[in-house]
Amino acid sequence: MGIPALNEFHKLKDRIAIVGVGNTPYGNFPDTDDYGLGARAFRNAVEDCGVDKDKIDGLLVCRVPHYARMGEIIGLNPRWTIQMPPHGRMSGMAIIEAAAALDAGLCDYAALIYANIGRSRRVNYGGEESPGVWDPWGFTSPGAAHALMFQRHRALFGTTTRQLAEVSVAFRHHACLNPAAVMKQPITIDDHEAARPITEPLRLLDYCLINDGAVCIIMTTKERARDLKKKPVMISGIGAREAFTTGSIGNFDLNFWHDEMQDVAEQAYGMAGVGPSDVDALMCYDNFSPTVLFSLEGLGFCKQGEAGSFVEGGTLKLGGKLPTNTDGGHLSNSYMQGWALNIEAVRQIRGECEDRQVPNAQVVQYCGATPCSRSIIYTPG
Amino acid sequence: MQTDIAKPRPKIDSVNRGFWDNARAEKLSVQTCSACGDAHFPGSPVCPRCLSEDQSWVQVSGRGKLLSWVRFHRAYWDSFRADLPYLVCLVGLDEGPLLVSNLVGVEPDDIVIGAAVEAVFEKVDDELTLPKFRIR
Repeated sequence: MGIPALNEFHKLKDRIAIVGVGNTPYGNFPDTDDYGLGARAFRNAVEDCGVDKDKIDGLLVCRVPHYARMGEIIGLNPRWTIQMPPHGRMSGMAIIEAAAALDAGLCDYAALIYANIGRSRRVNYGGEESPGVWDPWGFTSPGAAHALMFQRHRALFGTTTRQLAEVSVAFRHHACLNPAAVMKQPITIDDHEAARPITEPLRLLDYCLINDGAVCIIMTTKERARDLKKKPVMISGIGAREAFTTGSIGNFDLNFWHDEMQDVAEQAYGMAGVGPSDVDALMCYDNFSPTVLFSLEGLGFCKQGEAGSFVEGGTLKLGGKLPTNTDGGHLSNSYMQGWALNIEAVRQIRGECEDRQVPNAQVVQYCGATPCSRSIIYTPG
Repeated sequence: MQTDIAKPRPKIDSVNRGFWDNARAEKLSVQTCSACGDAHFPGSPVCPRCLSEDQSWVQVSGRGKLLSWVRFHRAYWDSFRADLPYLVCLVGLDEGPLLVSNLVGVEPDDIVIGAAVEAVFEKVDDELTLPKFRIR
């Protein structure tokens, strides 16, 4: 590759804090739009940290149609602005970009706003709305790419759909403890096995939700964070690696992003000075349930091929060995494309998660195994 | 055969035209760089390895290995509804590049990942022939 595994991320360790988080309710909101949702999340995040809104001089928007209209609506004229596309892989990228900008002094307080109105707009994630090279053969949708990967994982390692079901069952259990979550009905492994197939071997309960909502994160430097309302949550480790070689098969990697996630893990754990056994809770990007298995293997929670047996028996549930996606994740809480998982990480470290609180959560890790794999390790400030 | 609703067709452009011309002649080809020999698919305006623009569509054996497969139970296009459930495969060609296509002439219970496969050609109409794969 010619790119060193470790880089200058190290100097960002514990320099930048998340100080405010906010979200809207999650569901179906046809009477508003992306901007309305984004503005509500922003207002909630400002209230959460108590920052003077007019001090916010950095704005990052994701899945919001236009940065300037968002700035107009919330009354910001920042000196640092970034717009990111509506891809699930962007949340980790966005937080890392904002951390770098804050550290460089490009802005002092950054507001990161993500909004999704996909439910009300009947987004399908396949077919005509996302044309691709493989359309003439009927191959479309990120779910189908994950089905291709899981099918291969089954063949190579003997992973079963009942093992895969453990992911969906654990996250639904968490959603049932989360008053904000969209899905409220507990499910069993048998329910997972009986769900209707979408792209076999994946079934409905392997697929994320599609719902409306918005999330806002406010970040600043460690020094400025001290003046705000709540105890800051520090960014202690970050890792990043892309895999664009098979980019035309969207959301696909022949080796399950294993090499990239190993690289991400080496960077993030090395920077934070922790390892997988120190992680009190994992917030794992779960657009489709197999991604969680791939992530666990890549980060080193288990060896490649062993994630199926690793998750058996409730490993990912609260009280299990590795509580994961304690808010219910994309599968059962809300399809906020990684953004809700990052605010759940913050809330876990703050101890704000009530019935779904991981006792004394000191190290909480976000990860996303995608063509742009990222991980962020959060610790108390 | 369905004729009332059209299935999505390839968007043919200056980069990929050679592939579809060859397919119409029942030849499977991958874009190959004349400067460094890199073979890749889909086509690219420059060679991903050496950035040369001197590339052409070179016929390959049509043989490869089945790397994975899925079965669609949902129609993302109405034109595929009558085909449900249909098989899509991921093939690693002997020459290297990966192709997504359809697997024909096999029942799901008989599919083994790693199986040797070969290209077959399905004529859609005078303009379009789709390369598909069958178990060898």
